[in-house]
Amino acid sequence: MLRLIAQRLGLGALTLLAASVLIFAGTEILPGDLASAILQNNATPESLAEMRRELGLDRPAPVRYVEWLGHVATGDLGRSLASQRPVAREIAPRLRNTLFLAGYAAVVAVPVALALGLMAAIWQGGVYDRAINFVTLLTIAIPEYLVGYILIKYLSVRLGWLPSLANVTPDTPLATRFVLTLLPALTLVLVVIAHMMRMTRASVLQIMASPYIEMAFLKGLPKWRVVVRHAFPNALAPIINVIALDLAYLIVGVVVVEAVFVYPGLGQLLVDAVSKHDVPVVQACGLIFAAAFILLNMTADVLAIMSNPRLRHPR
Amino acid sequence: MTARRSGDDLLQVADLCIVARSERGPRPVLVDGVNFTLRRGEVIGLIGESGAGKSTIGLATLGYTRQGCAITGGRLIFAGRDIRAMTAAERRALRGPGVAYVAQSAAASFNPAMTLLDQVCEIPVRHRLMKPDQARAAAIGLFRQLDLPDPEGFGNRYPHQVSGGQLQRAMAAMAMAARPDIVVFDEPTTALDVTTQVEVLAAFRRLVREHRTAALYITHDLAVVAQIADQIMVLRHGRTVEFGPAARILAAPGEEYTRRLVAERVSGPTFRAAPATAEPPLLELAGVTASYRSLLRVIDGVSLSVRRGDTLAVVGESGSGKSTLARVITGLLPREGGDIRFHGASLPPALAARSRDQKRRIQMIYQMPDVALNPNQTLLEIIGRPVQFYFGHRRAQVRARVAELLRLMDLPDQFIDRRPGELSGGQKQRVGIARALAAEPDLIICDEITSALDQLVGEEILRLLRRLQDELGLAYLFITHDLGTVRRIANKVAVMLKGRLVAGGETATVFAPPYHPYTALLLSSVPEMRGDWLDEVLQTRAETLRAVQQAGMAPAL
Repeated sequence: MLRLIAQRLGLGALTLLAASVLIFAGTEILPGDLASAILQNNATPESLAEMRRELGLDRPAPVRYVEWLGHVATGDLGRSLASQRPVAREIAPRLRNTLFLAGYAAVVAVPVALALGLMAAIWQGGVYDRAINFVTLLTIAIPEYLVGYILIKYLSVRLGWLPSLANVTPDTPLATRFVLTLLPALTLVLVVIAHMMRMTRASVLQIMASPYIEMAFLKGLPKWRVVVRHAFPNALAPIINVIALDLAYLIVGVVVVEAVFVYPGLGQLLVDAVSKHDVPVVQACGLIFAAAFILLNMTADVLAIMSNPRLRHPR
Repeated sequence: MTARRSGDDLLQVADLCIVARSERGPRPVLVDGVNFTLRRGEVIGLIGESGAGKSTIGLATLGYTRQGCAITGGRLIFAGRDIRAMTAAERRALRGPGVAYVAQSAAASFNPAMTLLDQVCEIPVRHRLMKPDQARAAAIGLFRQLDLPDPEGFGNRYPHQVSGGQLQRAMAAMAMAARPDIVVFDEPTTALDVTTQVEVLAAFRRLVREHRTAALYITHDLAVVAQIADQIMVLRHGRTVEFGPAARILAAPGEEYTRRLVAERVSGPTFRAAPATAEPPLLELAGVTASYRSLLRVIDGVSLSVRRGDTLAVVGESGSGKSTLARVITGLLPREGGDIRFHGASLPPALAARSRDQKRRIQMIYQMPDVALNPNQTLLEIIGRPVQFYFGHRRAQVRARVAELLRLMDLPDQFIDRRPGELSGGQKQRVGIARALAAEPDLIICDEITSALDQLVGEEILRLLRRLQDELGLAYLFITHDLGTVRRIANKVAVMLKGRLVAGGETATVFAPPYHPYTALLLSSVPEMRGDWLDEVLQTRAETLRAVQQAGMAPAL
């Protein structure tokens, strides 16, 4: 089992390296480069060439890639072109916000989704099962910004229970943070819960056809116990993978929800940086997103391996 | 064996009818008007071929029917109450403490993600009959009674960590954990090797007798049921053919069908010995070795020879290397050492290096016709492929040849455009044979080809092979663990143990004293119809096992 896990970790590191190449290549292909971004209207062919020499941009791309990678590896993400502040300082509060919102949504969504999925499997074909399937299909089908606006309309405009803006600042106290971000978190929960719940239901039901499930019924066990104790542990691997994908989405893919609630997350920063040609920030954000995605999927792979009793307890 | 007062009646089954539910079309009747009474301490053997309704009856006594089936008539009175009239909660209370179940495949019926002890203790603990530590102690006691190794630690293992025979005994412990009144044994030894079967069967019988548990013992093997049952019910197509005391049914069967079942165990088609000729052997193996990933030596110095018209049976327990030997001969697993000569010329080790003609002359038939035939292809495509591949015939010729092969298999011509899904197990196996014959081979390797079939169907397949041998002069290499079959069909035998040949030669010689100790062990493990067979085997067993160990595993051929 350790060899399998080591393999996965190695593969993860390799994927991250490949992602860094793509990110670097992507920013190379972007029209205009750092030099023209800095000079803007003052750009003449001569000043551009001068600036490029100064910035080292005249050297071949592979050399610059290795240099950039070396800096990143030592923690130096460069300086933002827009604000002239170190990229790391620019990103840190945004990353914290993103992780906070993702964690908030995940802590609610994962247990609720698992419970709903197991309940749907227990009462398969019943009214509850059909209702929950319908509702989750609905939340998958409706785009997330619409979910956000509907929640704003009813929970904050009509009822006035919750604030519609999640404009937190670094000195917002934690308790206030929870209230301010409740609506965006709820929106995200509604979006991701459906996948996880449906996957839980489907993989548990697939296991329910196994002979050892029939055996469990023949031992006189109630259905909830058969589902929770006998089927669920054997259905974990695909569920873990979907959870990882959804968690990755919560970190990487929530820019639309951030925009709806004016939440200062990493996604917003990335969009701003792209529009301002702020290449170092774009590269850093891209790398962080890639790392989050790879790390979560790798963790899922490792957990899935560990959920297999044959690998956990060799002969 | 036990007192049979009517007050001891545990379970009364009267006019039981079970049908397969279907939305439209006819509703196949699975069980039709079955009656019996099971008394305390009594074992009733339910016997019949697949589709006879044995398992369906067994499950019905737990108030359980498989998906798509329903009990439509009759009564199942357990302890004065009709199981059919019970609520879901009452039925749950019945399952486990009242009637417990031992499934055919322990490997599939144990939850892979739970320890054995957790699963064994589940019935008494969940039904609130024992506290967890009481249940644990009781389970360890049962493990000890069942001769499981290290009874204290055994339960902490996961199902994949113990052998098949141990797992099957653990399943019996699971059934007995809450001291049920009735245990339903559903083909519990069918998936085991003969030598393992003896021990498991003996353990079951001891357990049932010591606890005075009543049991339904479901099997297709009359010789097995003869060892354990007081009464035998012969079933066919869901109906009772015959029901009575075991000794009477076995000694003097009243019905034609029972007579055929009994007779089949005693005799069957015999293969004649190949004529002694001076011509060189068809296939000759000399000191062949092979291993998986060059770590695990699975075939170790095997030498044997097959002449035209020979039937060589390769016997041994699972894991002895029988099927691997077939893979080595066909080149699917290249040999590492030794030589394989075919028609006097050395065969390249790997399949890819062999000529088309060399491939054509050695064909295989598989154990599971369901898996060996592509369900999406018609018989024309399945059988026609080798015809086309080896002989390059045109379409009309291929079709004619396939039709001819089907006729040779006693299958109707119209089957040519059907798919395997529309055929019975025996018919599918005939298609497998036809596909092998389509290549017009000299040697056919038959890998456990009858073990997935019912006895009588299997006999017909053997009869067919015998006829083909007479007509076409084929040689067979017959891989099997069923020694009863070997005795009757093979003129030569090779006995394998842990990748080595421990005995070999003419069947009459190998299967006559003085035996190699391992051959003796195998032979003594084949169940016989006599009711006292198991007792006799158990008496001499310790001695036989000691002899096997002392003899080591020196190849005798």
